[in-house]
Amino acid sequence: MGNWDWQVYLQDPGGKDPTYLQWMLSAWGWTISVALSALLVALVVGSLIGILRTLPNSPGWVRFGNAWVELFRNIPLLVQIFLWYHVVPAIFTAARDVPPFVLVVLALGFFTSARIAEQLRAGIQALPRGQRYAGMAVGFTTWQYYRYVILPMAYRMILPPLTSESMNIFKNSSVAFAVSIAELTQFAMQAGEETARPIEMYLGVTVLYIISAMVINRIMAFIEKRARVPGFVAAGGTGGH
Amino acid sequence: MNLDFGFYNWSVITDFVLKGFYFSVFLTVVATLGGIFFGTLLALMRLSGKKWLDTPAAIYVNGMRSIPLVMVILWFFLIVPFLIGRPIGAEMSAIITFIAFEAAYFSEIMRAGIQSIPRGQVFAGMAVGMSYKQNMTLVILPQAFRNMLPVLLTQTIILFQDTSLVYAIGAYDMLKGFETAGKNFGRPIESYLLAAVVYFVLCYALSWVVKRLHKKIAIIR
Repeated sequence: MGNWDWQVYLQDPGGKDPTYLQWMLSAWGWTISVALSALLVALVVGSLIGILRTLPNSPGWVRFGNAWVELFRNIPLLVQIFLWYHVVPAIFTAARDVPPFVLVVLALGFFTSARIAEQLRAGIQALPRGQRYAGMAVGFTTWQYYRYVILPMAYRMILPPLTSESMNIFKNSSVAFAVSIAELTQFAMQAGEETARPIEMYLGVTVLYIISAMVINRIMAFIEKRARVPGFVAAGGTGGH
Repeated sequence: MNLDFGFYNWSVITDFVLKGFYFSVFLTVVATLGGIFFGTLLALMRLSGKKWLDTPAAIYVNGMRSIPLVMVILWFFLIVPFLIGRPIGAEMSAIITFIAFEAAYFSEIMRAGIQSIPRGQVFAGMAVGMSYKQNMTLVILPQAFRNMLPVLLTQTIILFQDTSLVYAIGAYDMLKGFETAGKNFGRPIESYLLAAVVYFVLCYALSWVVKRLHKKIAIIR
């Protein structure tokens, strides 16, 4: 180690970016857009599956939701990304024109959707059963009491695990290095090799990952504070990467 | 396109997949045991109430937890040979990385486990004249481990899935085994599919066991 050489960031990588610094920032942009798009997919799909798993008198939907969660939770993310990137276009010819970015977003989004579905299910089932009955008693339809009674409480309760899931999705977006997405980890590997200064490159990338995690953490803390219901303590969550 | 799994006979599996499978399992077991050992130490440091022990442990744990595992794998592959002064293989580097990385995650689980033990247990241990070490090893940790067992095992399943990330430094794990077989026979699609099925079956079976165990422990408590 010994001598630092930070000027390496001003060298010309010979690609479309004039310097390594600009390449790294554009890679950060890719990381952010993969992570945020995947988070959107995960929230929509995860909410849907999580709700399906708690529907009363619909064992078929509950089983479908459970199967979804088990399927996407028990295959490593890297393998799922390979499935979307290599296998899906080979089997479904229609998927051949889909850009790799979309495939990776779907892979990461569906992977995370299983975890969000599990948290939302736990959140809904942690609510006192009386809330559901109260909704029914005032004549709400299933859709209505989910919309006006159960979900507003359940989402607030699962905000802490959602926070760690949002931070996880940024970290997990690094797995996209294995396919042709020019995100931060792939930048670190390529630029480290090209310049023979991997330590400087890794440090830059690591700092950007930490900054991203901290920003997400602050945003979620703000949402949590704004959405808090007095007298209701939200459940914490641990585990997962 | 036509899928053809015909080339996957027993000799292909023993030649390519099993070697990787053994490494994935070995890495999982070693990282779990090492991670629990060092994670418990880290948790004890964080709960010691002494700042000079708590602060470094907190920095280590939070640092590890805010960096993607792939970057940690790359960092260790770069740094460890520097520190010990000679090159080590990708497999050895992966083992060191996973122990160090999982220690951070296991320490958070252990910390929650230790904190779940009522304070009265600590005071009871003190009252019968136990030293800190006796109190920890005889009273607190056995109960904490038991409370945390399902979470520890769930983390081990996640760990088993994460071992596939050693792909980044080219270590030969199960995924690599399937990929190599697929490349050699010109059948990558079937290989990735089969890899997904094998991972799914293994992880699903493990999580089923954890669920059973969870129920069993819940009855006793």
